[in-house]
Amino acid sequence: MSTAIETAPAPVVTSAAQLIKDSYKGKIHPDWCPGCGDFSVLTALQTALFELGLKPHQVLVISGIGCSSNLPGFINTYGMHTLHGRSLAVATGAKLANHELKVICTGGDGDGYGIGGNHFVHTMRRNIDLTYIVMDNQIYGLTTGQCSPTSVKGMKTKSTPHGNVENPINPLPMAIVGGATYVARGFSGKQKHLVELLKGAIMHKGFSLVDVFSPCVTYNKDNTYQWFNPRVKILEDQGHDPTDFHKAIDKGYMWGEEIPIGLLWKRTDLPSLEELEPVLDDGGPLAFRQLGITDEQANALIKELL
Amino acid sequence: MAKVDFAIGIGGEAGQGIATPGDILARIFARRGLNLNAYNAYQSIIRGGHTFLTIRVSDGPVRNMGDKIDILIPLNQDTMNRHLKLLKSGACVLFDNEKIKPGDAADGVQVCPLPIKQLTAGNKLAANTVAIAATLQMLGVEFEGLQDALTRIFKRKGDAVVAENVGFARAGYDYAAANFKSFPFKAPNLDKGLAVLTGNQATALGGIAAGVKFYAAYPMSPSTGVLMYMASHARQLGIMVRQVEDEIGVMNMVIGAAHAGCRAMCATSGGGFALMTEAIGMAGMIETPVVCVDVQRAGPATGVPTKTEQGDLWQILGAGQGDYPRIIVAPTDQKDLFKTIPELFNLCDRYQCPGLVLADLLISEGTASVDPADLNFRAEIDRGEIIFPNGNGNSDNPFGGYNDMAYLRYKLTKSGISPRAVPGTPGHIHIAATDEHDEDGTLISDEFTNPAKRRLMVEKRARKMETVVTQIAPPKLVGPENAAVTLVGWGSTEGTIREAVEKLAAEEGIVANQLHIKWIVPFHTDEITRVLSRSKKVIIIENNYSGQFARYLRSETGIAAHGHIRKYDGEPFMPHHIVNSVKEQLAGKTQLSVPTHEIYV
Repeated sequence: MSTAIETAPAPVVTSAAQLIKDSYKGKIHPDWCPGCGDFSVLTALQTALFELGLKPHQVLVISGIGCSSNLPGFINTYGMHTLHGRSLAVATGAKLANHELKVICTGGDGDGYGIGGNHFVHTMRRNIDLTYIVMDNQIYGLTTGQCSPTSVKGMKTKSTPHGNVENPINPLPMAIVGGATYVARGFSGKQKHLVELLKGAIMHKGFSLVDVFSPCVTYNKDNTYQWFNPRVKILEDQGHDPTDFHKAIDKGYMWGEEIPIGLLWKRTDLPSLEELEPVLDDGGPLAFRQLGITDEQANALIKELL
Repeated sequence: MAKVDFAIGIGGEAGQGIATPGDILARIFARRGLNLNAYNAYQSIIRGGHTFLTIRVSDGPVRNMGDKIDILIPLNQDTMNRHLKLLKSGACVLFDNEKIKPGDAADGVQVCPLPIKQLTAGNKLAANTVAIAATLQMLGVEFEGLQDALTRIFKRKGDAVVAENVGFARAGYDYAAANFKSFPFKAPNLDKGLAVLTGNQATALGGIAAGVKFYAAYPMSPSTGVLMYMASHARQLGIMVRQVEDEIGVMNMVIGAAHAGCRAMCATSGGGFALMTEAIGMAGMIETPVVCVDVQRAGPATGVPTKTEQGDLWQILGAGQGDYPRIIVAPTDQKDLFKTIPELFNLCDRYQCPGLVLADLLISEGTASVDPADLNFRAEIDRGEIIFPNGNGNSDNPFGGYNDMAYLRYKLTKSGISPRAVPGTPGHIHIAATDEHDEDGTLISDEFTNPAKRRLMVEKRARKMETVVTQIAPPKLVGPENAAVTLVGWGSTEGTIREAVEKLAAEEGIVANQLHIKWIVPFHTDEITRVLSRSKKVIIIENNYSGQFARYLRSETGIAAHGHIRKYDGEPFMPHHIVNSVKEQLAGKTQLSVPTHEIYV
């Protein structure tokens, strides 16, 4: 094994009763750049799962491609590292196949809002019970510093050397209007706050988006910790009502001297996709049901053809 | 030898009502135990254009739409103009003589004008009902069969509508009895009910027999029938059916469901398949079994959406970047589609790889009769080395509790197959990674791209394919061993080529045999090479321009065919196209024949 990679001590979990925070520790240390915001998101997710008492094998973490999408490799749960932009589609299939799993998608802004934009829109309108954590660093990190869908107008990157002329996507109002039923924004610099947002998202029955400002310390020299720190304002401290649609949109649009973080929008009156699917009513995950059909069903199918 | 073999052609504008009479006729004949094959030539137009449905019926095997029309039912002038000239002596044409002019028919063609307005009290929409009633009378079919069929179809609309339509049918039936000459042949009743199904239905039913619990698709002709069948039966059978935003989403969703433990399937056409290919590569990399059906249509791009072709072979061979194991099969007819899907699922589960099916419009939208006894829903189900949390599955579950570190999802084994645990199973936590990975799923890109591990993993996956070929049936040479010519085809053309071989012997005195290839990857290189190297002359028949299969055959066996018969006008081969081309080539006139389709639809 290469010496460049540090092997972490093996997770110590021997029984459910002994679930400890380290139960979620992955086999290898993350290879993110020192200081990357994603470390904080990983720790927050591990803490949230521990505090919720979920067992590692009950959780499936699915990612796309990008720096942040390496996360499933760094956490001790079932994981899938899929294709660029496709994690939500894969997750939808997995969740419908086994709706007893807690399915969490992790990815970045390029992955989720760029190449995966179509799946993002359609997964939200289905209100399937998934948690989507987007580590939003407003830049493409793994491809070494190009403009992303959330890069602000005017930002100079390797692909926009004269400044970005396009408007950024604002994922929060988009999610609120798009049908997500739990929409929150976190910040890597506020880990404890993030843990609470993630716990709420994981327990929410429906599609949850947690967009996390997760600064790229290598390529994004504009939106740094120092830049965010004085600007982020915790909504929970301001008495924001997350059931107020118009206020949620307003807060989602705020940018500049004050940037709200916290739970912007939540509604609990809509059933999730799994709840609407009669096929899942009979109980038990589809994936574990007996295969094949009964003779009676077969005869009925044949009769239709006669 | 068949005593009865006739074909009915019904044509008109899309929207004039061709599908329903076609369905009624097919069911009436099948209920009498007669074999049939129906092909609907249509345009990508919802209303208007020209649609022509051919139903060929026989008491012997029917493997294709045939070469001729015996009974023509034109519902508009256009159909009359296009098709009447093709009728030969003994055939007949039934038409609304107040609306359509017959033109010149060949000698011996019975011209049967139907006064539709008079027979239906002015309801011109009933022209097709009157015409099929007259046809059935002339074929000696009792009226009751038609009455039953009409009752079944119009029951939903109420008794008055049933009575009205039965009345139109009675009028047509009686009018034919009084005014037209019966056919010299009758549609016998063999007292044996056959099922009637399209290839798309057969595909769906094959999936159901295989235990598919998750089906996703984006509507795309000619594969949409699979989605519609699955959607309409999903609830009663407990199948999750999703219509997804695009084919990229479809394949990724199917992989997610399969990874979580379901048997999952999708069907599309060439353009949709193109979008799926990246994800198919992922299924290869993370070793997740999925089945995808590509119902080929004429391409490239959007091509001719309602026309058939065998033009996606190289696309499917090259689907997904990189070098990875997958299984590719091209079923030969509707019954074969039904049987092959469960077989393919077993292979995919056993070898943990994607399975790809090359169907085409001809087979998938074509209708055939099938003996219900051949629709075996009790096919063997083998899920390979899989571990479920509830104890199901074929593999030992040696890791109790949370001893996850011992489980290696991608363990290097002699067979290349590593036991697959599905998410939710205690003690088997792993990551399925599309980056190259180690035995436990750890990305090797996190280790400065370890070349030794990369090589081992590539070889592990490749090893799986070494034994697949022993699990599938090699192609069999049909016909006399010592033939003047061997006709080679693949996929849906089998029945047409078979009939051409018979016709060559019966009508031309040419001894031909047939080698038809169904399993494309893996390829039975040894058997095929042995057979073809003994052939005096090899002619390859395929529904595309560039000879995709001929190229593939040469790449796998080194055998270059002596001759080629290709068709790329969107319509399928008819037996006489092959017969005439073989004659031409045996006479040394050419090495490449491109038959011309006589009927322009």
